Amino acid sequence: MRPPVRFAPLGDRALVLRLGERADEPTFDRVRSCAARLAGAHRAILDVVPAYTTVTVHYDPSRVESTSEPPHRALAAALEPLIHDDAHPPLIARTVEIPVCYEGDLAPDLDEVARHTGLDAQEVIALHSGATYVVRMIGFLPGFPYLAGLDPRLATPRRAEPRTRVAAGSVGIGGEQTGIYPVTSPGGWRLIGRTPLALFDARREPGALLAVGDTLRFHAISRTDYDRMSAR
Amino acid sequence: MTIEVLRAGQLTTVQDLGRHRWQHDGVPECGAMDSWAARLANLLVGNAEDAALLELTLTGPSLRFRRAATIALGGADFGALLDGAPLAPWHSARVSAGSTLELGAASGGCRGYLALAGGIEVPLVLGSRSTCLAAAFGGHEGRALRAGDVLPVGPAPGETRRRALAASLHPEHRRVVRTLRGPDVDALDAASREKLFGARFTVSARSDRMGYRLEGAKLALREPAEQLSSAVTMGTVQLPPGGDPIVLMADHQTTGGYPVIAHVASVDLGSVAQLRPGDTLAFAEISLDEAQRQYLERERMLEALRQSLSLAR
Repeated sequence: MRPPVRFAPLGDRALVLRLGERADEPTFDRVRSCAARLAGAHRAILDVVPAYTTVTVHYDPSRVESTSEPPHRALAAALEPLIHDDAHPPLIARTVEIPVCYEGDLAPDLDEVARHTGLDAQEVIALHSGATYVVRMIGFLPGFPYLAGLDPRLATPRRAEPRTRVAAGSVGIGGEQTGIYPVTSPGGWRLIGRTPLALFDARREPGALLAVGDTLRFHAISRTDYDRMSAR
Repeated sequence: MTIEVLRAGQLTTVQDLGRHRWQHDGVPECGAMDSWAARLANLLVGNAEDAALLELTLTGPSLRFRRAATIALGGADFGALLDGAPLAPWHSARVSAGSTLELGAASGGCRGYLALAGGIEVPLVLGSRSTCLAAAFGGHEGRALRAGDVLPVGPAPGETRRRALAASLHPEHRRVVRTLRGPDVDALDAASREKLFGARFTVSARSDRMGYRLEGAKLALREPAEQLSSAVTMGTVQLPPGGDPIVLMADHQTTGGYPVIAHVASVDLGSVAQLRPGDTLAFAEISLDEAQRQYLERERMLEALRQSLSLAR
């Protein structure tokens, strides 16, 4: 029996649920289904943000109608029945293919990762593009996916001095994680390739290409294909 | 109707009340840092309180109005001169076509707001007109204003009369801000727990719209904590390993992995937004029930003000 899960306050305009202690599969499934049930469940909710072990509900206290108790209590009471609801809607499992060019100036740290891991560059590419990843969280930058599934042999520490400018689409390794920079920004991850896909585009809704729970595969493309796809 | 930027000022951006519904996509909230001042300034020109306006930082811009307009300044005082004549904050003023508004250095705070009847009519991006500097979208071309920029202003909402905010309603900027305990406050060592709600901190020069770094009273955990990232909010006080707390502000990242030791109450976020590098700040503990009571009371006050201003139309 799990202990009952309760909303805890996160300041005066958010509530947070902790659904496990470790970023494991069962916790992740609870986070995803709980976030799906809470999204739009009350007029005071502004947004629901899933993370590794938590679901956070951002809300507007003035939209919680209650005269007898403070908004945080009234909202938590209204939402608590939804925490464990076995009749949740089936979660959509999308698989997204991400083309990546692992060549030349698009992969400035590939040799560094090879040196650190004791592999050759082709082995690094084969291991990175041969695995299946799951988006565990979106954060840091608009549309930035934190991915689970990196082969532990590829783990490489971040750069001691972050770059001041990492191009949008850059695919990097930071410690035991891999991710994709959705917008041009500073960044400290080791860059091993670049995708021509727009991971984030504010002109569309949603702006982010990926969502928590998506399954992801990288496949290697040539520089010619990269340039052709970027030009579109 | 358009306005022309003659001189940009230090960091002048288009903001509204923020982009709150895409945080699950990692999109920062953005919006006016002192949203209370921005809402009041909008009410003075007859706008909806979430209309887009200009946020000025430390040194203001110089602007030319190509058509007549109704404007109001709020927040810190930037020593505004309208065609050379002083223009005080917190009341609306008619500006004739061809007029120049010059804003100087801020006093009594860090950020000012220039509201224009009709609002700044940049496109809505993901539900907001706020500038997202980190990802370069929203506002005017996703960036701070530069000399030569021309901004569109929407049609004024009806006939606008002169309105002034009573002096008793001018926001006071607190140096002791009401603050809630955070989920990780008990992970602090005993001395640090005392310092959190007692010491005076100094706002570091490395402070911006993403967050304020506080120096002068280092805090420490009982033991180093490894944490998984989770959602954070504007006002969240994080403790990075260096021991100098950070108050997350409007452009904060949506998730964070540092221990969360406190949250500034929403009613006092405007006071934090008005602090300048070198200013001091202390936290005074407030309960969540009390913080929300204050919040609702202030919202009711604004609603009453909105009613009285529309009756005065």
